[in-house]
Amino acid sequence: MKAILALADGKVFEGKAFGAIGEVSGEVVFNTSMTGYQEILTDPSYCGEIVTMTYPQIGNYGINKEDVESCKPFLSGFIVKESCPFPSNFRSEMSLDAYLKENNVVGIEGIDTRALVRHIRTKGAQVGIISSVDTDPQSLIEKAKQAPGLVGRDLVKKVTCDSAYETSEGVWTLGEGYADATGKERNYKVVAYDFGIKRNILRNLVSAGCDVTVVPASTSAEDVLVMNPDGVFLSNGPGDPEPIKYAQENIAKLLGKVPLFGICLGHQLMSIAFGGKTYKLKFGHRGGNQPVLDYQRQQVEITSQNHGFAVDSDSLGDHVEVTHINLNDNTVEGVRHTEYPAFSVQYHPEASPGPHDAQYLFARFIELMANHKN
Amino acid sequence: MPKRTDIKKILIIGAGPIIIGQACEFDYSGTQACKALKEEGYEVVLLNSNPATIMTDPDFADRTYVEPVNPVVLSRIIEKEKPDALLPTLGGQTALNTAVAVAEAGILEKHGVELIGARLGPIKKAEDRTLFKQAMEKIGVAVPRSGLAHSYKEAMEVIDHVGFPAIIRPSFTLGGTGGGIAYNLEEYERMAIAGIEASPTNEVLVEESVIGWKEYELEVMRDMADNVVIICSIENFDAMGVHTGDSITVAPAQTLTDKEYQILRDASLKIIREIGVDTGGSNIQFGVNPKDGRLVVIEMNPRVSRSSALASKATGFPIAKIAAKLSVGYRLDEIPNDITRETLASFEPTIDYVVTKVPRFTFEKFPQAEAHLTTQMKSVGEAMSIGRTFKESLQKALRSMEIGSHGFESRLFEKPGDYRRTLTQGELDELRTNLRVPNCDRMWHLGDAIRAGFSIDEIYQLTGIDPWFLRNIEQIIEMESLLVTQKKLMAAGDQQFVDLLRNAKQYGFSDKRLAFLWEVTEKDVRELRQKYEVRPVYKRVDTCGAEFEAFTPYLYSTYETECEAEPTDKRKIMILGGGPNRIGQGIEFDYCCVHGVFALTDAGFETIMVNCNPETVSTDYDTSDRLYFEPLTLEDVLEIVATEKPEGVIVQYGGQTPLKLAVELEKAGVPIIGTSPDAIDRAEDRERFQALLHKLNLKQPENGIARSFDEAEKIAGRIGYPVVVRPSYVLGGRAMEIVYDIEQLRRYMKFAVQASPEHPILIDKFLQDAIEIDVDALADGTEVVIGGIMQHIEEAGIHSGDSACALPPYSLPDEIIAEIRRQTIALALELKVVGLMNIQFAVKGGTIYLIEVNPRASRTVPFVSKATGRQLAQIAAKVMAGQSLAEQGVAGDIIPEHVSVKEAVFPFVKFPGVDTLLGPEMKSTGEVMGIDMDFGKAFAKAQLGAGVKLPTSGKIFISVKDSDKEHIVEPVLKLANAGFKIMATAGTAKYLNEHGVITEHVNKVKEGRPHCVDAIKSREICMVFNTTLGAQSVADSFSIRRSALMQEIAYFTTVAGIKAVTDGILAMQRENLDVCPLQEYYSPS
Repeated sequence: MKAILALADGKVFEGKAFGAIGEVSGEVVFNTSMTGYQEILTDPSYCGEIVTMTYPQIGNYGINKEDVESCKPFLSGFIVKESCPFPSNFRSEMSLDAYLKENNVVGIEGIDTRALVRHIRTKGAQVGIISSVDTDPQSLIEKAKQAPGLVGRDLVKKVTCDSAYETSEGVWTLGEGYADATGKERNYKVVAYDFGIKRNILRNLVSAGCDVTVVPASTSAEDVLVMNPDGVFLSNGPGDPEPIKYAQENIAKLLGKVPLFGICLGHQLMSIAFGGKTYKLKFGHRGGNQPVLDYQRQQVEITSQNHGFAVDSDSLGDHVEVTHINLNDNTVEGVRHTEYPAFSVQYHPEASPGPHDAQYLFARFIELMANHKN
Repeated sequence: MPKRTDIKKILIIGAGPIIIGQACEFDYSGTQACKALKEEGYEVVLLNSNPATIMTDPDFADRTYVEPVNPVVLSRIIEKEKPDALLPTLGGQTALNTAVAVAEAGILEKHGVELIGARLGPIKKAEDRTLFKQAMEKIGVAVPRSGLAHSYKEAMEVIDHVGFPAIIRPSFTLGGTGGGIAYNLEEYERMAIAGIEASPTNEVLVEESVIGWKEYELEVMRDMADNVVIICSIENFDAMGVHTGDSITVAPAQTLTDKEYQILRDASLKIIREIGVDTGGSNIQFGVNPKDGRLVVIEMNPRVSRSSALASKATGFPIAKIAAKLSVGYRLDEIPNDITRETLASFEPTIDYVVTKVPRFTFEKFPQAEAHLTTQMKSVGEAMSIGRTFKESLQKALRSMEIGSHGFESRLFEKPGDYRRTLTQGELDELRTNLRVPNCDRMWHLGDAIRAGFSIDEIYQLTGIDPWFLRNIEQIIEMESLLVTQKKLMAAGDQQFVDLLRNAKQYGFSDKRLAFLWEVTEKDVRELRQKYEVRPVYKRVDTCGAEFEAFTPYLYSTYETECEAEPTDKRKIMILGGGPNRIGQGIEFDYCCVHGVFALTDAGFETIMVNCNPETVSTDYDTSDRLYFEPLTLEDVLEIVATEKPEGVIVQYGGQTPLKLAVELEKAGVPIIGTSPDAIDRAEDRERFQALLHKLNLKQPENGIARSFDEAEKIAGRIGYPVVVRPSYVLGGRAMEIVYDIEQLRRYMKFAVQASPEHPILIDKFLQDAIEIDVDALADGTEVVIGGIMQHIEEAGIHSGDSACALPPYSLPDEIIAEIRRQTIALALELKVVGLMNIQFAVKGGTIYLIEVNPRASRTVPFVSKATGRQLAQIAAKVMAGQSLAEQGVAGDIIPEHVSVKEAVFPFVKFPGVDTLLGPEMKSTGEVMGIDMDFGKAFAKAQLGAGVKLPTSGKIFISVKDSDKEHIVEPVLKLANAGFKIMATAGTAKYLNEHGVITEHVNKVKEGRPHCVDAIKSREICMVFNTTLGAQSVADSFSIRRSALMQEIAYFTTVAGIKAVTDGILAMQRENLDVCPLQEYYSPS
């Protein structure tokens, strides 16, 4: 069955429908990870986006129960060169196509994904529309022009949890699956703001010895402090940090009262709370090979990233120190408050998918909480 | 950290001759290293005995020692040069072992030389099986159950807890020499003993078999600041049990989830840190159980490897270059990524295509060897291909191999329509065996199994090949069926047909394969594609999946929508490379291609390289302006030409590969520059060649063409035995034999080659005891310059590629040389050669016979260039581009004062059961060069460079055929007078004693024990001279040559070789061999 991808600037790609049949719009972005499509599909940060995989053969190892980062896919659409109908892996339970159908994700395959990526790279990320119901390119281009982009939208409310919950799932090991920390002594009480949190962040916190309570994005600072946490975690999440005023205000209130650790959107919100500004990148960083320099250790870590906005280093005040930079484009990858116990990174130390080089940051958070406790 | 300033002079060790397991990938890595370090301002000293390498070109190092790569020579160079540092990680196992030996002997410490890249401790920790296992246990990375054995007794103890099947791996050997898989005690005993003997430390590792597990490799890099990155993951198509060099491999890994891949990545980081490789690249191999994902580490190479060359080409990340920079102290984040320019080397490449490497074998050269693939590497080359899907990449790889395959041809079904024929039980059994036992044709058997209706599950059970790969092949075969059934669409030529054609091309089907399936010609398919605009586009290899702009035009074809070739409108010339290495066509041709690029760049042209061999310097994106990593077939070359529109295409540098395309390319309107394809044909076509000789009044040995046995008998009778017989149109002397009588002729025609009108047999008079001469010359149509005249050591009848030779000739009268020059010039002018030409002559009794003329680059071009200091391939490239010899100021012969000897290197040790005798069929994989001021020393160096252990005292065993006896008296007497003891079998001993050589008698093998082979095996003998005639005597003496080979005892099987080595040994006895860099030979002070 034919499917069409049309971009707001008029560029059209014709391919085959896969996954669910239908029509979706979203900002078209690309991810350069060669593995980890299942984690990408279930990462809530992709809400509002249509994700293109640069690696051409996707679905080779199928879909399994374990490798999920949330309850379901939140992205708008999925674009691959070739989806694999015959997965081969001892953990595979279904094909990618079947999974997308089951979760009502519209996909398109068989297009020149490299041409699309080069287009996005030169023209910038923009809204696009995938359709297997309307195959008139002109009509789709018009629809794409009308569809909302990411800027100025609060997408967090679409992905955050409805009510607070606790988790005791720890990190994954081969043959054992996810650890269960139920009943195990955990010394640090952490409240985690869910702006679209990836489960592997929680798993890392749990395995690092945190007793974690996840709270909805709109939870007030007061309600959090009442819980008397040793630290507060600010999660990743989709879209533009700018319109999420409530979160920025809550973070400002928490600053100095309790150690803070932010990842991705959490990092951007914290930076704004510190007085900084964010801006939209031309096409973002999405992949598992982004080199980041940690100034403190003077070491390069290969990181997993997924963001379309970044913190403006010039906007940060004197009390904020840039701790990490991206070696590809020198963008800010991490900041630290010099007076209060608060730090954040733009990338994903929890990996999943991607390299584990930055896992030390969870230990840093523990250390910060330990120091603050004493 | 910026680069180190405390070191100024760095010594790099090359890999020596091309052998199985160590091919031109180490010229690629070494060349990159030399360039990178010179660029940084270091003084580079290089040791490498291989003249066919780019790295040994005098421009690439400050001091280039073309000397044997061994600890003695290395020590001598260290004493002389006093370098600050020694970089041992870029010259393969040879360089590493040589460096270890010198380090352990205390030489480095004595002269204050620092090992950079990897220190001694880490090298030993990675290479020594016990230390490696302990290190892995320490960091919690699993290894297969295993034990070490140094003796038969220990081997028996170890097998008790390891169990069968067991893998035997000798320590410190290349490409798994002496290793294997034992399924039972009998095999195990044999292999364990052979392995212990093959190991320089007499040690074997006996290991739990993980046969059938999935095999992965990761290429890892680390800098001094402990930054570690993974450059590439590689998944083997063939399951564990086949040496990775012999496996089809695919990049990136295809069937691992991210969680599973990260386990490999985490383990790799831990391993490189624990082993402690300071800087540079390492290769780590893993086995993964397909049932539960359990992982074991198989081995780690603390150096760049064949796989790192592959990974570099597969990703665009130049591992060896970066490794060299890291070794002098740079951090990964201080080195720019050449391709993107704006980013740094401290990242992990991501690719948006699939890379497939297929090994190339030459079992046909060694019919006595079992054509099975095991843990001992046997392939001699490889081709790599790039496609947007595995299917496209795989089918492109198959046609890159140049083994007559253009896709999934069937071995069982004749016509496209036959596929549902019911196979006989015998055919089914054979097919199952061919699937179960790994072999070099398994890919095609897989296709047939699918055609025959085998289930993927059954094929998986038989082969252990991951179902993902099998399913992809199944899709190809399904497409094949569709193409056959939908053939009728071709006539209509509607959208449905165009879609079908495009789909087939996206699946990687070649025009030739489509032509077969549709029963039309390749040209028909090409025209259909042109008509319906089904044409490839070119995409860039950019390290980053298009995230950043790529500034290097490193391209591959695919059937997509957007083309990134962006050809320029500069004046440009395209050079077609040599494809996968094979016996008869190897690094020498890549050397010529690379020099062609250098010269044309110098002459102001844009250069475009086309090749598919990932091991080479020519496929380094840094070599030419534009690189097309593509199969060298008519279809693929024509498409590139259509895109680039070069003003000239050079076909005479890549060996037979591009030459075979010349006529078709010219017909298609491609501007071929240099000698015309017609002139090439005039030299190759037998009848036209004879007419040419007749015109010039030149002689060739008497000959004839036989189309039946009767004709053959008549011709042989007329010209008189012995005769050389061979099928027409063969390469590298395939199936060529010297026939001494009618009986042998009958046998040849019955068992080897049957003559027929379509397949005639060529019969030439064999010139017994003639001296063979090779000449390389340059011509521009009006002027001819002789590049070099080489006199072969072995007599005519031994393939020129297998024969040692000396430049200048060491025993030819001046008038003969003058006549050879005259004939060469006459031929070059008559053929209107523009570029290079190679001629082989035989001289017998003062008469000169012409054996062969090749108006193209030859295997000896690099040797001659190294020997004379004149860059023949560069001059010739400029000639082809229109600069005359006179304009280039090239005139007159260069006849050096020094003597250069080239010696061939053979793969016999890898092929049990294969005889080591030389003949008209080429068997060598590589060559070395010895240079010194006299023939004896140069010959001795060539032998040492080839790994021959030349003795200066001890007992020589001699057994020669009757006709040789009189010729060996003189050299043997010299050796006896020089203190050697002589031992011989009855006939030879009697003859020698009668002629004044005191000779001890020893039994022939069939005369009872103790016999000569006992003496060889007990190492009583230091050298063997053995010549034979006739099948029986060859069979009788087989065990002599084979045991000498296995015991690493020097052996010589021709009288000429015996004479030459006598000179060599006497020279070595007189004084120690000294070392001298090429730069000093060229400009004697």
